[in-house]
Amino acid sequence: MAGKTLFDKIWDKHVVHQVENGPQALYIDRHFIHEVTSPQAFNGLKARGIGVFRPEKTIATADHNVPTENQHLPIKDQLSRHQVNTLVENCKEFGVELYGLGHPYQGIVHVIGPELGITQPGMTIVCGDSHTSTHGAFGSIAFGIGTSEVEQVFATQCILQKKPMKMKIQVDGKLKKGVLSKDIILHIISMLTTSGCTGYFVEFMGTTIQELSMEARMTICNMSIEMGARGGMIAPDETTFSYLKGREFAPKGDVWEKKLEYWKTLKTDEDAVFDKEFYFNADDIDPMITYGTNPAMGISITGNIPATSNGSTDPNLKKALQYMDLQGGAQLLGKKIDYVFIGSCTNSRIEDLRLVAELVKGKKKADHVHAMIIPGSRQVELQARSEGLDKILEGAGFELRQPGCSACLGMNEDKVPKGMYCVSTSNRNFEGRQGPGARTMLASPLTAAAAAINGYITDVREMIDK
Amino acid sequence: MEKFTTLTSTCVPVPLQDVDTDQIIPARFLKATTREGFGDNLFCDWRYKEDGQLNEEFVLNDKKYKGEILVAGKNFGCGSSREHAAWAIYDYGFKVVVSSFFADIFKNNALNNGLLPVQVTDVFLDQVFATIENDPEAKIRISLQDQEISVVGSNLVENFEINPYKKLCLQKGYDDIDFLLSKIDEIEKYELMEKD
Repeated sequence: MAGKTLFDKIWDKHVVHQVENGPQALYIDRHFIHEVTSPQAFNGLKARGIGVFRPEKTIATADHNVPTENQHLPIKDQLSRHQVNTLVENCKEFGVELYGLGHPYQGIVHVIGPELGITQPGMTIVCGDSHTSTHGAFGSIAFGIGTSEVEQVFATQCILQKKPMKMKIQVDGKLKKGVLSKDIILHIISMLTTSGCTGYFVEFMGTTIQELSMEARMTICNMSIEMGARGGMIAPDETTFSYLKGREFAPKGDVWEKKLEYWKTLKTDEDAVFDKEFYFNADDIDPMITYGTNPAMGISITGNIPATSNGSTDPNLKKALQYMDLQGGAQLLGKKIDYVFIGSCTNSRIEDLRLVAELVKGKKKADHVHAMIIPGSRQVELQARSEGLDKILEGAGFELRQPGCSACLGMNEDKVPKGMYCVSTSNRNFEGRQGPGARTMLASPLTAAAAAINGYITDVREMIDK
Repeated sequence: MEKFTTLTSTCVPVPLQDVDTDQIIPARFLKATTREGFGDNLFCDWRYKEDGQLNEEFVLNDKKYKGEILVAGKNFGCGSSREHAAWAIYDYGFKVVVSSFFADIFKNNALNNGLLPVQVTDVFLDQVFATIENDPEAKIRISLQDQEISVVGSNLVENFEINPYKKLCLQKGYDDIDFLLSKIDEIEKYELMEKD
């Protein structure tokens, strides 16, 4: 019999019930919730007259709607305030732990889970947010769900799912200077398209992936949804274990030793079979940037936008370039930009802030650029301040604000105005994502910081050389 | 959840690929705490101009097209997991979405709300778009029992896949929570077995 993949090992261990000719009931170890996709699920429980089945396995935070200034004051926007207050009331009523505004653990749900040690190898983790795939970086099965499914987990700690197919994506080799994990994943998505992995759960492997820090691994798993994958995961190793050790909710003492023994077994067997495999070379990956209105519309920073001149043009490309007001065939290097957003569950961790600080130290952002840095959590913010990064960033003209999802999706006041170009470290460049009419270009924190300094799209490698 | 058996209706075509959930319902409309009313903002930024006026060029504002079936290009519903996208489509009055490919989470969300995603071949989808363009009054018939989609009065017909369990749920109007609640004993047994 062929061996098992990491995905199989974890999935199969969590199957509680097989529906005849149907899905499987999968047991969920950790359930994260936030204010946007939970209220209707709580309402469902109330309508059925039932409680949360295992409240201790659900963790709540407020992130999507929260302001990134003056978080100690009541939220100004009435609808946002109501939604955040509803979360507070629901958590109280149903006995769910809430790291709300003002709590030292508050932050973006996919930043706090890992940094608190709640996310651990071998777990099944869900959240009503597609970027739940982030947690797969720890060798867990983590995926985004809809609100009806949030209600399923509340009611039964299980979710009915069809087992996805398995895909392997292997990246080997040494990354070139100035290339970050964000560039790896933007490169892969540009090759595989936004639907290239739909129906699959991806395991990332290879020497390049093994060399990455946990923060960098999270960035890769985070964006696996952008190529349609149900989730992405990376087998746990020494990097994972040393990241977790000593964190607030990580196991301690004998329990740690016992868990560690189990975690070390969590890897794909050599003879396991994947339904699909893709191979990439680190050598082929440059700093990346997107030109269009989905994350697969990306090119090397020195590359050209696909041409639209030869008659039989793809209508989607045409529509995207019209929205972005860009020309097919043109380069993006040197293109003037208006905003830089460094943040989101993709790139708002301490490592991202350190990289940005190192690059902009002693420099000044271009006068016309608005540069916002939104830390992923209160803990990231405090860490940055304790390392003095706030002084460096503010000295370079970047605004270090308070944690939340912010301008990644513009549910709070942090929006990019219509027609403006924003180099963003977030995950989606869809039309209107950062505000109606906003033009988003996705890139790594280094490429975003370089654009802020020069005021135009820049190959960060030139700045590192100097 | 409402039951679904058969439906015969005219269609509304959105012949674009990769329609993401941010287009279906932009994030700024996700602040409600109930499931109702999202239809008003379905495709908001394509449907309305900046000044709030109707964008006459968008298909939902074109009086030629109406009906309970939305026909869209490949990879419909990609992006965010927001179930609000399925709620908005259903709330607007659609009961079926036809496409040649659906994003996973959207498909689950649709099925959990009685909105039937019908996946057809690229060839069939092109034929449906061409038929609607020629005759906006053309009707499509969907039979869930037979798993069949056909253009009424033509020989265009195709079968579609649906998981037998999900099919039964739609036909009976059952939802997954009812099912899982009936398995609570098994869930508790699993917990005991897996306890460290």
